[in-house]
Amino acid sequence: MSPSVKTPEAKTKKPEDSFFKRLIRQQLFIPIAALLLLVVFNLIADPSFFTISLKENSLGNPVLSGNIISVLDNASELVILAIGMTLVTAASGGQDISVGATMAIAGSVILRMVCGGQITSDTMQMNLFLAVLIGAVVAMLFGAFNGALVAYFKIQPMVATLIMFTAGRSIAAWINNNQLPIINDIAFKYAGTFLPGIPVPTPIFITVLVIFIFWLAMKRTNLGLYTQSVGINANSSRLNGLDPKLIKLMTYVILGACVAVAGFIRVSRSGSINYSRIAENIEMDAILAVALGGNALSGGKFNIYGSILGAYVIQFLTTTLYKYNVPSTALPAYKAVVVIALVVLSSPVVREKMSGLKKRPAKTAKEVS
Amino acid sequence: MKKILVLMLSLILVFSLVACSKDDGGSDGGLIKVGVINNDPNESGYRTANDAAMRSTFTKENGYDANFYNNNDAAQQIATAQQMIQDEVDYLLLSPASTTGWDQVLKDAKTAGIQVILFDRMLEADEDMYVAAVVSDMAAEGKTAVDWLASQGLSEYNIIHIQGHMGSDAQVGRTGALDEKVAAEASWSYVTQQTADWSEETARTIVQSVIDAGTPFNVIYAENNGMARGAVAALDANGITHGKGGDVIVMGFDSDKWAFESVLSGSWNYMGLCNPLQAEKVDKIIKDLEKGTKPAQKIIYSDEPGFNCDTLTQADVDKFGT
Repeated sequence: MSPSVKTPEAKTKKPEDSFFKRLIRQQLFIPIAALLLLVVFNLIADPSFFTISLKENSLGNPVLSGNIISVLDNASELVILAIGMTLVTAASGGQDISVGATMAIAGSVILRMVCGGQITSDTMQMNLFLAVLIGAVVAMLFGAFNGALVAYFKIQPMVATLIMFTAGRSIAAWINNNQLPIINDIAFKYAGTFLPGIPVPTPIFITVLVIFIFWLAMKRTNLGLYTQSVGINANSSRLNGLDPKLIKLMTYVILGACVAVAGFIRVSRSGSINYSRIAENIEMDAILAVALGGNALSGGKFNIYGSILGAYVIQFLTTTLYKYNVPSTALPAYKAVVVIALVVLSSPVVREKMSGLKKRPAKTAKEVS
Repeated sequence: MKKILVLMLSLILVFSLVACSKDDGGSDGGLIKVGVINNDPNESGYRTANDAAMRSTFTKENGYDANFYNNNDAAQQIATAQQMIQDEVDYLLLSPASTTGWDQVLKDAKTAGIQVILFDRMLEADEDMYVAAVVSDMAAEGKTAVDWLASQGLSEYNIIHIQGHMGSDAQVGRTGALDEKVAAEASWSYVTQQTADWSEETARTIVQSVIDAGTPFNVIYAENNGMARGAVAALDANGITHGKGGDVIVMGFDSDKWAFESVLSGSWNYMGLCNPLQAEKVDKIIKDLEKGTKPAQKIIYSDEPGFNCDTLTQADVDKFGT
């Protein structure tokens, strides 16, 4: 699964001949190279980019502050979404474009629960854990709806999820009777800001936890293997005793759970929601993260860690652009340039060229694993 | 499974047909038929209040047969306006998402004898093309805010300017006043000028990035309350004091009750009122027109004062908060 692990075979090759070529063939080469490029750029342009300082926030808590912390903090939702998106991509060979809208739904449900149906509330009306759980169930149901359309009705994922993409934000607004609920309870904001006494933003912990859960799932269960085999060939997986439909459906439900966590973080950052603006266009960034991670958007083999790195690269880029005062209207254009460069670089054709024109039946790490 | 889906789909189809026919038949019985084209109610608290007021005013009980359409895309709005003209509404009420592109709609409406009333936002057209406009004077709102800021007498104004959706009436007006002042005064400068597209989250990110860069600033001029709220979240996270007696002056716009309360509590310094409640005035204009009285003025601006943390009272909050 992890291509960065050196295979025994690699040791037998002449190192000076193959190191660079092997490096370029690594699936994680592109996201790591992009990340390094951004780091080097910032080091040269203004090393103070990496300054981290300890401050005290308005509640008197010690907090860490700095660009790097901002990157890690703000990337949280995207990283969590990218993980789920990778599974969906691998199993169904398509992407869920409704994640932003479903985040709005999950956030709306959670807010409705903790506000107890009121517009503003100073204390939580419901146990936070329970509210998040309900939000997660709702998001997973919507995920199941998408998954059912894809798996059982064989609708193209992008078309199937277009339904929720279009309707999701209106549903989110409807859940709260078109009101914009606000919760002023500080405890609600712990998940999106800081826990008392802990200087690291809570979303970073949540992200690490989610990554850890998926790492465990990949190690201890057949989730990865099944997803991959369904993505590569649904028919042969079926002949081998798997239920491709169920597995596809499951990946969408898992994505739904990821969406709920991301939605929860997002609403708890501010304690409110703006249905048409919350997590706008995040689906595109999530898909981009999957692509940057070197995963084929047509499904099959996948590497979750590539997507995670891809998500951090995207956030790093955004933060860098903000730092250099690029107008936020121009951000998408700059992003597009970088995306074009990265996507072209990661295309198999260019990689083959880059790793030398010699014809060699060298096995790539992907094939080995 | 498939059968159930087919059944559900056909039921939906039947219901939507029923709903349509109901709308078509509703114009009889002395009701005034109006078509209301507005922006997306979920865009901001301001728009939510605006849309809710329109919907609660133009009801059957109030003598209207109203058709509502909400979209932030001007092209979609225009297409729907043309549809409404073909449906022969009596009045077309417009809150255009963009200020341009409406010439053909206005012409068609005129030819069909449909009266157009603009609410909330202006568009670029000859005054003959509409009967009335009940709108906010965004430029005046901006000017009131900038004048108030100037009266604070800071030795230096280092401003984080968070703009709304570029090209919208509100953004153009509120930016214009500040741009002018910054260009004219040597002690006024922008630390950054970015659009957050009305998004609270983007506003937070923008302010956080300024803080991370270590650039000093003492004013946040956000073009709506949601974005000001996002900016304040970033300030709070970094322990920067704001509001009354704080290091940073926080300014927002619109009419949200919670924002009024933020000003009242001294967490914010200023909120420029943008009154979303034009529905009553529009209603009165239509009722007058039906009696044959034309509105005295073509363009009716709402009275929109700015409120600051020193003078705001609970009575104002109750009167203007939405």
